[in-house]
Amino acid sequence: MSAVLDRPATDIVTEGAIRIDDVVKIYDPDGAAVMAVDHCSIDIPAGEICMIVGPSGCGKTTLLNAIAGFHGITSGSIHLDGELLCGPGQPQAEPGSDRIVVFQNGALFPWKTNLDNIAFGPMMAGKLSKQEIYDKARAMMADAGLSGTENNFPGEVSSGLRRRVEIVRALMNDPKVLLFDEPYRALDSLTKSVMHEALLEIYYRNKVTIFFITHDLEEAIFLGHRLVIMSSRPCKPKKIVEVDIPHPRDYSVLTSPRFREIMNEAKGVVHEEAQKAFDAGEKEG
Amino acid sequence: MSNTLDSTAGPQGAEVTTMTLTMHRVSSWLKSPRPYLMLIGFAAVLGFWFLSVEIWKLPRFVDMPGPTEVFSEWFSKDPYYGLSIYTPEYYKHIGISLRRIGFAFLLATGLGVPLGLFLGWSKSFREYIFPLFEVLRPIPVLAWVPLAIIMFAGSETPVIFLTFLASFFATTLNTMLGVESIDESYSRAARCLGANRWQTFRHVVVPGAMPYIFTGLQISIGVAWFSLVAGEMVSGQYGLGYLINTAYMMIEYPKIIIGMITLGIVGYSTSALVRLLGDYLMQWRVRELALGDN
Repeated sequence: MSAVLDRPATDIVTEGAIRIDDVVKIYDPDGAAVMAVDHCSIDIPAGEICMIVGPSGCGKTTLLNAIAGFHGITSGSIHLDGELLCGPGQPQAEPGSDRIVVFQNGALFPWKTNLDNIAFGPMMAGKLSKQEIYDKARAMMADAGLSGTENNFPGEVSSGLRRRVEIVRALMNDPKVLLFDEPYRALDSLTKSVMHEALLEIYYRNKVTIFFITHDLEEAIFLGHRLVIMSSRPCKPKKIVEVDIPHPRDYSVLTSPRFREIMNEAKGVVHEEAQKAFDAGEKEG
Repeated sequence: MSNTLDSTAGPQGAEVTTMTLTMHRVSSWLKSPRPYLMLIGFAAVLGFWFLSVEIWKLPRFVDMPGPTEVFSEWFSKDPYYGLSIYTPEYYKHIGISLRRIGFAFLLATGLGVPLGLFLGWSKSFREYIFPLFEVLRPIPVLAWVPLAIIMFAGSETPVIFLTFLASFFATTLNTMLGVESIDESYSRAARCLGANRWQTFRHVVVPGAMPYIFTGLQISIGVAWFSLVAGEMVSGQYGLGYLINTAYMMIEYPKIIIGMITLGIVGYSTSALVRLLGDYLMQWRVRELALGDN
């Protein structure tokens, strides 16, 4: 799994390759060691949309937190473009604006307007003038169809719109990687489909590597170049499914025969893992 | 709570200003049955007071001043007991109580909010301070009275100290809880977006704790009045608590009731002021709630 895959959609992107190498994460609450991630290796080429699929509580988020730098790892290493994020001598990565998380329940600051939220990253970095930052923020909002909501607070707009603002807030920092932690989990399926197309549209304009956690197979196949189906706790890649449906995609691919074939191929594996997780009585996590 | 932009009943998100929002609130309040129910509530209490004292003359109410006596005294240009809205002395009592409240409240806020923020933010700081805090907090203000008089010179400082004390505990505790209530995703998001520790404190911890801080300040201003009156009854030269206590000693009963009603009105006004300040500082919350209410 070390070969970097060539893909039309990714060949113009040169930054953002993630290499997860033999990562182990053991939680040690009250001395009872729990293995959350078990010798996990995933290679994600720059610009790929990599979907991490697995049942709830399988430890996917642990992996994401390790890349983002919210948690340390027990052993193994994670590299971004050949540079060590965490590994021997550096148990926990330093969070940074090259890898930005889009959170499960959304983390727009409710006390800042949409525009101020989007300007937040560059304002903290302080490299550009306020004028330049806000001009860029307005332009990016216009590109994402968010004009007119600049001075609204996140609590005043729909949840679908909030997710888009959050993605734009991340993209303002020119990240190499976007880490999605089941961001559309709470949305209804109609809103979800709109959000998927909006996300792809944003992706086609700003190619970044996307590490996307989900348990929704349809979402995974529609968005991803590749599915990494994880086994239930401890978390470990069980099967890789290539999605050879060409990008750009729209919702018509959902009814295509190839989509169905891939769905059938993946479904069996996912179901088996979900059953295992259910039998083990795993809780959400 | 509805979060959609097209909620037709509420004010439209983009054009909402503080003024239109206030107008909207006032007009919908007047259209609701609430103001009329409120008037009925007041009328019922005043009516019972009037009937029990002046008409039925119930046995335990013999020494009670009736509403006629109280209100004619309160609004008299030549008050029998020397206290009405036309006497400067009345305003001196209010003014001095307000000055003490203001002083104690500002002191409690100025010390309590930063202390609460640091208690919530730094785990090791909390280990030092919080247990001590939790032992001191349940001691009732009245138990502090003798010590306050021994510790502080004059009649003014002990009263301010007592007023400050309960306010300070309420503010600190709520601020600390406010910091703890902040969803971890916000600090994580800030770190992701490149904020350092200080920037995270300034842009996430302080505004995130704000709703709890203002809940604390609401409680704080309430307990400040409570402790102020307790303090003024034992020490002090002027003030509404002093007024009530001396009126009792001098058997000037209508003055007691005037003092009490005045306390109610002034106390309510100060807590309304705190609420307005909170609304002003937390526009995001006001707007969310305005959309949710309709």
